[in-house]
Amino acid sequence: MSPRELEKRGKYTTVSIPVTLYNRIKKLIKDTGFTSVSQYVTYVLREIVAAHEEARYEEPFSEEDKKKILEKLRRLGYI
Amino acid sequence: MVSRPHGGKLVNRVARSKRLEHLRAEARELPRINISYERYIDLLDIAHGAFSPLEGFLLQEDYLYVLDDMRLSNDLPWTIPIVLDVDPEEISGVKEGDDIALYYGGEPVAVMRVEEIYGWDKKKHAQSIYKTLDTGHPGVKKTLEMKELLVGGTIDLIKDLEHPLIHRILWPAETRILFREKGWKKIVAFQTRNVPHRGHEYVQKAALTFTDGILIHPLIGWKKPGDYRDEVIFAAYEALIKHYYPENVTVLAGLVMNMRYAGPREAVHHAIVRKNFGCTHFIIGRDHAGVGDYYGPYEAWEIFDEFPDLGIVPLFIREAFYCKKCGGMVNEKICPHPEEYRVRISGTKLRKMIREGKMPPEYMMRPEVAKVVLSFKDPFVH
Repeated sequence: MSPRELEKRGKYTTVSIPVTLYNRIKKLIKDTGFTSVSQYVTYVLREIVAAHEEARYEEPFSEEDKKKILEKLRRLGYI
Repeated sequence: MVSRPHGGKLVNRVARSKRLEHLRAEARELPRINISYERYIDLLDIAHGAFSPLEGFLLQEDYLYVLDDMRLSNDLPWTIPIVLDVDPEEISGVKEGDDIALYYGGEPVAVMRVEEIYGWDKKKHAQSIYKTLDTGHPGVKKTLEMKELLVGGTIDLIKDLEHPLIHRILWPAETRILFREKGWKKIVAFQTRNVPHRGHEYVQKAALTFTDGILIHPLIGWKKPGDYRDEVIFAAYEALIKHYYPENVTVLAGLVMNMRYAGPREAVHHAIVRKNFGCTHFIIGRDHAGVGDYYGPYEAWEIFDEFPDLGIVPLFIREAFYCKKCGGMVNEKICPHPEEYRVRISGTKLRKMIREGKMPPEYMMRPEVAKVVLSFKDPFVH
């Protein structure tokens, strides 16, 4: 994709929230560093999404991988 | 709990066993691109997962997102573009979809799938990343010297690092297992390219108060002239830890990574890398990843406001100084005394003393550490 096409391509999409929530947020962000409801919502959602992603993680090492690594760590004096 | 890798998966693109044999044989038949030591280091970081979720050099879409938005095209925070530059002549005849062999030191070190070949704007790159076009900035200078085209695509490492300090280098899979083995849940990382003075020790111990352990993580890679040599840094830290740290609260391990001196952006990048190593916290001090006067002393703190989803906690610790009235190492926040009582530690003055073979005063550097540093005939990079 050429740089121009990437520029034209929208980076944002529309998500609906209740008007009452919108107004509640608008009131909340008055006199803060957030310049729009969208900006605030983006900020908060990123935080929440990251936390949910974090909760799902499991370490992928096989027992064999783990054994080899522990041997190396012992050899180097880390354990 | 050890941090989840950035993007949710620890990348491993180190070829092993049969696949390694196959790729090594294949590499000798492929079009050859010679790469610099710095690009080889980037390759190592990608392959060993330090740059998770990257599986290769950036494609154009991700590259442009990183420049403009400091995120990948999947919204994941990413602030430093990891790119492979080539001349049109050396890539002629290679098309998208082909495999190429990347060579360093006359040997094939990786096989790369060429997914994209694209042009770039070096000045836009330099301005975005380094916030300056001044060629006095080492990163700007390097950028302007880079080649005309960028190649994006996945890599497979077929020759791992050989280094005199290899016994001191741990990769993310290893530190993650080490931290679990130690039972550490909160791990703070401290990035350094210097021998430790009393200010560094203060900052590390302040962070250690609230965590289970600290990863002291000296950088091994391209550095600018005047930086300390790797072996000097390690020897100095070994002396400091031996004499002044409790047992079993430190892991001293080298990080093979290029230093870009990109200030705020690089501070975030460094935090992401330590997240991949399993750390939960990362110390950001004064002028992190800075050089000269290109960035404000605490500019690297403000940028973290833009990343509520970073997944590693930045610990902003102010510059430490010695206060004659407080009678110890303190910082601005906890010392109420005026400037006349404050003795600041200058890295520049320390370097000068060491260059001249002089023992620094104890308020600047522990004598055991100073002795070790001074025992090296030539402690600095040229």
